[in-house]
Amino acid sequence: MILKIAWRNVWRNKRRTLITAAAIFFAVLFSVVAESFNRGIFDGMIDNTVRFYSGYGQVLKKGYWEERTLDKSFELSDSLSQQLLSIDGVDQLVPRLESFALASYGKITKSSMLVGIDPSKENQLTGLSKRVVKGAYLKADDQAILISEGLANKFKLDIQDTLVLISQGYHGVNAAGKYPVKGIVSFGSPELNATMVFLPLATAQWFYGAEGLLSTLVLDIENKSTAERAVAELKKTLNADDYELKDWKQMMPEIIEMKALKESSNKIMLLVLYLIVSFGIFGVIVMMTKERQYEFAVLLSIGMQRRTLSMITWLETVLLGVFGALIGIVASYAMMYYILLNPIKVTGDMAVAYEKFGIEPILLTSVDLDIFANQAITVFVITSLIALYPLNKIWKMKPVDAMRS
Amino acid sequence: MKEVIKVQAIKKTYNAESIPVHALRGVDLSIQQGEFTALVGPSGSGKTTLLNIIGGLDAATEGSVLIDQQNISQLTDSQLIDFRKEHIGFVFQAYNLIPVLTAKENVEFVMLLQGKSQAERDARVKDLLGAVGLSEQIDRRPNQLSGGQQQRVAVARALASKPKFVLADEPTANLDSKSTADLLDIMAKLNREENITFLFSTHDQRVIDRAQRIVTLEDGAIISDEQNAIGS
Ligand SMILES: Nc1ncnc2c1ncn2[C@@H]1O[C@H](COP(=O)(O)OP(=O)(O)OP(=O)(O)O)[C@@H](O)[C@H]1O
Ligand SMILES: [Mg+2]
Repeated sequence: MILKIAWRNVWRNKRRTLITAAAIFFAVLFSVVAESFNRGIFDGMIDNTVRFYSGYGQVLKKGYWEERTLDKSFELSDSLSQQLLSIDGVDQLVPRLESFALASYGKITKSSMLVGIDPSKENQLTGLSKRVVKGAYLKADDQAILISEGLANKFKLDIQDTLVLISQGYHGVNAAGKYPVKGIVSFGSPELNATMVFLPLATAQWFYGAEGLLSTLVLDIENKSTAERAVAELKKTLNADDYELKDWKQMMPEIIEMKALKESSNKIMLLVLYLIVSFGIFGVIVMMTKERQYEFAVLLSIGMQRRTLSMITWLETVLLGVFGALIGIVASYAMMYYILLNPIKVTGDMAVAYEKFGIEPILLTSVDLDIFANQAITVFVITSLIALYPLNKIWKMKPVDAMRS
Repeated sequence: MKEVIKVQAIKKTYNAESIPVHALRGVDLSIQQGEFTALVGPSGSGKTTLLNIIGGLDAATEGSVLIDQQNISQLTDSQLIDFRKEHIGFVFQAYNLIPVLTAKENVEFVMLLQGKSQAERDARVKDLLGAVGLSEQIDRRPNQLSGGQQQRVAVARALASKPKFVLADEPTANLDSKSTADLLDIMAKLNREENITFLFSTHDQRVIDRAQRIVTLEDGAIISDEQNAIGS
């Protein structure tokens, strides 16, 4: 009965209820859209980088991260390998030997990222073979390269053409070689697409004069939550004098920082928005309370306890908010889900900015449930707080005075 | 005969600190079970004040109110609310009903607060709305009822809890003469047939004429208290 009365009271002044619900609806919609894009974009960036290249964690020789020199490469000993693989969640170890190299074809010379990979392990980690758009994927003993599409286009070279590579090898030795293009790979990330050259690990070690050495050991970990635990565990056991462990957050500090920055500016904006909406709702509730003084007085007179009456008005206010929030959530969920399935292409300056961060120029959204739950909780808390106003009035009310005026 | 209301030496002073208004200056009144009493007097004489104090809606400055031997001035706010729910029926001048509930639900509501069973509520709602002549209108909301019909629902609601008596402060003030007569007929019939005790205030001579007992207040004191031979 209490619920029935509250629900009907919500609909007593339909127009007012709809306006209030609409305000909440738009606040929720706006918040969700802002949050969803924000998270979608940055998580997209992170995911992209993690899945297509960096992995959730990497083991490096101490000092390599800052200096990026092959002189800081290391040998993967059996004991290190066993130690790493014994950590729960680490599925396999993906070795790389990477450095910069000048690549020439005909009269054109470009700088490139030349990476030695274990073709099958690399493929399991990043799905590299699926990126082959022309030619074939590498085998472990190939004396050939995979080249990224953007770079291939700049050289105007095709498979079977031969690329000349020049670099500085381990301890300053000259590194030079000629390799045929076995396949062309395409990356969504414009940066990767314009620089990457892959060759089998053994071939790369020979090229760089770094027999048996690695610059990077990527940990193949299933997902973010496993990664956090595994990395924490590893940090405790790994010899910190020799090795360094980088997790995905440390590997892309700019993105993490930008995400946090954007999140806090969003928060401020949403705070202001909710403040405005709250005042609106508050106004409506104050009006409602004023109008119903007499009615409240009658109810107290005929024997309704103050707590029961309070319960009704509290429910009314919260129902009003939850109703608005609910349709806002449903609408925004549908909208964000639709955009997730049909991403919006970014053009112009925005696209350039995206490319700078190495991600595909599309707007991703997130439909993480907590984004929606947060809105529901926010509205619930706000309306519950606003409901304190009529509660306070009811608690202090003297029926006689209320009925006299 | 059973004494249901005993008012002893009630005084009520408003604004005691600034400009005191002596609304009641020492009122004694005893109401027996089954009486049909009109409280009359000029505007400002203290009728509403007295009814509110008897109903436990307002506290007297001095004196005591005994309802069926129980001194209600000793009850806490919450106990008083429960006391009203169980023992006193109220009919106010207007806007008695919960606007979002139908006639049936308004009457049922009080019994719900009392925790009565569904079967008992249904039976009693039917009886009461039948008794006030609104069997046809049970599913209407207050705004779909005339002022007179609303007051009749209010009477039914006041009786739903089986109170010891019904207090009505100018129940006919907003009604036309036909509705006034109808309401009075119903109240009188309930009084006659069910032995329900009514205490109501009024300005209306036609209503006064229907009372069995007429208590007249003036300037906060009772100046006459007489049986009315021609009362209904
Ligand atoms: N809350 C209050 N504060 C101050 N004075 C009050 C208050 N309530 C009533 N009074 C005064 O007390 C006196 C009695 O008022 P009351 O309402 O009881 O009279 P009444 O007989 O019901 O009058 P009416 O026929 O106009 O309804 C009046 O002088 C009134 O102004
Ligand atoms: Mg009055």
